[in-house]
Amino acid sequence: MADQLLDAKGLNCPLPILRAKKALKDVAVGGTLEVLATDPGAVKDFEAFCRATGNELLSSKEDGKVFSFVIKRTG
Amino acid sequence: MANASNTKRMSMIVTKGTLDWAYPPFILATTAAAMGLEVSMFFTFYGLTLLKKKLDLKISTLGNPAMEMPMFGMHMGMPNLVSAIPGVDAAATAMMKNLIKKKGVASIEELRATALESDVQMIACQMTMDLFEYTKDDMIEGPILGGAATYIENATKCDINLFI
Repeated sequence: MADQLLDAKGLNCPLPILRAKKALKDVAVGGTLEVLATDPGAVKDFEAFCRATGNELLSSKEDGKVFSFVIKRTG
Repeated sequence: MANASNTKRMSMIVTKGTLDWAYPPFILATTAAAMGLEVSMFFTFYGLTLLKKKLDLKISTLGNPAMEMPMFGMHMGMPNLVSAIPGVDAAATAMMKNLIKKKGVASIEELRATALESDVQMIACQMTMDLFEYTKDDMIEGPILGGAATYIENATKCDINLFI
């Protein structure tokens, strides 16, 4: 279970990324954020976002129409 | 390496001020800022209207020959000619705004506010301000005034430079 949960379901590009960036500020370094999204483009986007920011994408899953990403804040 | 620090930088020239054309610069600016880039946007000509306090953005079917709107389960083309009919552009704008809401797409107001919160630097073109007789009072707080040299100097330090 992640430390924080962000529900970005129904939001389209680039809102899941923008909301996640904002939510990560409230996660302690080393803590985790789980993002729920329905935008299929978010799969590639969260991979790129984590590579660019250095945060770690711990998991990327799909459950029906909902995608779930767990991000570990590294800095 | 374009600049001394490791921070990547992006600059953009924003030249268009219709609702549809307002999206690419603000989406890219907010996303790049979220990814840790230093972002700078230079608003010139019709792009300058995107800095006005009150945004009243519209789309035009004119000059958009590829525009298609989802309607009645199909896609309806918007030939250039129909934009001459009174009310068509207003209807197309209303339709677009409705789709934006329905599909969970951010409003330009929200993206612009996010860009300002994320310290995206905005530069309003001084020449365009003079040309179209805008004053600083017409514009939101935040943007600085500058010209071509301001943009060029900044662009030489950027990893990405876009003209939109």
